Amino acid sequence: MDKILRIDMGANGNPKITITELGDYAGLGGRGMTSAIVSKEVPPLCHPLSSENKFVIAPGLLSGTASAMSGRISVGCKSPLTGGIKEANAGGQPAQVLARLGYAAIVLEGKPVDDTLYKIYINKNGIKISPDNSLKMLPNYELIAKMRDEYGDKIACISIGTAGEMKMNVASVACTDMELRPTRHCGRGGVGAVMGSKGVKVIILDDTGMSMRAPKDKERFKDANKRFVDGLMKHPVTGKALPAYGTNVLTNILSEAGGYPTYNFKEGSFAGASKISGEVEAELEKQRGGNPTHGCHRGCVIRCSGIYNDKDGHYLTKQPEYETVWAHGGNCGIDDMDAIAMLDYLDDNYGVDTIEMGATIAVAMDAGIAKFGDAEAAINLVKEVGKGSYLGRILGGGAAITGKVFGVERVPVVKGQAMPAYDPRAVKGIGVTYATSPMGADHTAGYAVATNILKVGGFVDPLKSEGQIELSRNLQIATAAVDSTGMCLFIAFAVLDQPETFQALLDLLNACYGLNLTADSVVELGKNILAMERDFNSRAGFTKEHDRLPRFFSQEKLLPHQVVFDIKDEDLDKVFNP
Amino acid sequence: MKITVKLFATLRTGRFDEKVIQFSNNITISDTLKEIGITSQEAAIIFVNGRHAEFDQVLYDGDIVSIFPPIGGG
Ligand code: SF4
Repeated sequence: MDKILRIDMGANGNPKITITELGDYAGLGGRGMTSAIVSKEVPPLCHPLSSENKFVIAPGLLSGTASAMSGRISVGCKSPLTGGIKEANAGGQPAQVLARLGYAAIVLEGKPVDDTLYKIYINKNGIKISPDNSLKMLPNYELIAKMRDEYGDKIACISIGTAGEMKMNVASVACTDMELRPTRHCGRGGVGAVMGSKGVKVIILDDTGMSMRAPKDKERFKDANKRFVDGLMKHPVTGKALPAYGTNVLTNILSEAGGYPTYNFKEGSFAGASKISGEVEAELEKQRGGNPTHGCHRGCVIRCSGIYNDKDGHYLTKQPEYETVWAHGGNCGIDDMDAIAMLDYLDDNYGVDTIEMGATIAVAMDAGIAKFGDAEAAINLVKEVGKGSYLGRILGGGAAITGKVFGVERVPVVKGQAMPAYDPRAVKGIGVTYATSPMGADHTAGYAVATNILKVGGFVDPLKSEGQIELSRNLQIATAAVDSTGMCLFIAFAVLDQPETFQALLDLLNACYGLNLTADSVVELGKNILAMERDFNSRAGFTKEHDRLPRFFSQEKLLPHQVVFDIKDEDLDKVFNP
Repeated sequence: MKITVKLFATLRTGRFDEKVIQFSNNITISDTLKEIGITSQEAAIIFVNGRHAEFDQVLYDGDIVSIFPPIGGG
């Protein structure tokens, strides 16, 4: 992983390939790499779909090694949804494969002069970029099946569906899983639209003939990996709950806690929650010959994912995640697990962010476009998005645009990005993260839910204001660092609770790179990444007034606890200026 | 008095999903756990009427107690 591949898609004649040393970017990976390149090289005032924007793909620092859990890949750019800097990440196979091929980053630059669509094939012999207009408007599953026919099944793909080609704000970037299915998505912020604007449909990676990345200190690395895996297995969340039920085990607890946004953030718990819970989902998967315990990439030992089969026992989609089940489920008043699984499949196939899509449909339901609870209508609306009808184009603009077009006041977004599955009035720590993250409303940016609701990493009462600013700050810093390692964020459950597992993670990095990182250096790394991101946003025109939740959260009381979001603006400003 | 007890995830195995249980007055969460055979370690997260509660909290007629093992996601 000692080089950067740059492809100028706008070069005269044909796309032009340049391979450079790491230079200033040495020692960076994942989000650290994408945010460094974007903040340094992209003019903050550029149009996100213009030739000046760059689309950066980066595996994490430990990706491609023998370390468990290290298959996270980041993509970064200026976001067409938020207008700020964006990093979105996913699991799946591409991080490991790209890292083994030796690339610390791929940067797509410029913009083709016409609407030719390209595919990029990378293997040990080099890079081949070919125009292929036969791929136009192929949804992800069909596209990947075609790539499998063409290149065999030893590949990993990074692709866009129809939404990315249409440059929609909801468009995601798909990564293939172990079964070569396009199920793991860098979802947020319209990253798929930026990839689409570069005229690239799919990147096909083949690491045949390449070996695993060798750590500097093999013995130390092996020992650290063992301690790391032991720690993950020992912790009840990463060792038991996530494998058994997946992320959707959260549906019941958030609904019980009164923090489950229901009917477009009108209420805090959902009467149909138990019908779409992780307990039910896992049982259905078992009954139908699917699998509730499945990894999204080789080397995952937690295996929170799964396979969801339809009533007849045929593969329908991967196990829909909690956020997806919420966005398309309770938030739209829908309590039909099969309908939600179908929506998950459609989202993956067209290549859209399940959170933004579900939140958008809920806003559309609030506008009266469809009735809350009408699963068939929701499915049809997503199909409109996939087709790109005029209605589909509006919905494809995301929740904020849909709210504006249809005159809806209750639009749960920050910096234009829809809030995920936790109501900030009843889970106040996550409200601080939504408001202040440079990414817009994003739960993963500082997952205060862990400490507010799940009692991981201590306990801070979710209904009170005290302690939330500090909690969100510390988590945002730690997350920015973890997002750079290539580690799946779910390791945090064990790392937050068990100092020896955190030490094992540090030892992995140190043994891999021959470094002497301490807990302090990790904090420094996280702070630096956030500082670069906030600096980009401020040059793009963001002020502290953008670090706020929509007004209705401080005015409309949320049932059942009758709470509003009451953390003061001055306190929100202290998250990054303590 | 009557208390509604809701169990989740692995705690349901061999027990129940939801049950209304009759108790004498002045009972705490710890007493309830003993009654249904759940250790304090297993009961990582407890809500009473949707609010986090500690083991020594006293229950009242009509309370809803929700008990979770250690879980996570996101
Ligand atoms: S824990 Fe889940 S999301 Fe993380 S790497 Fe494993 S399967 Fe993927």
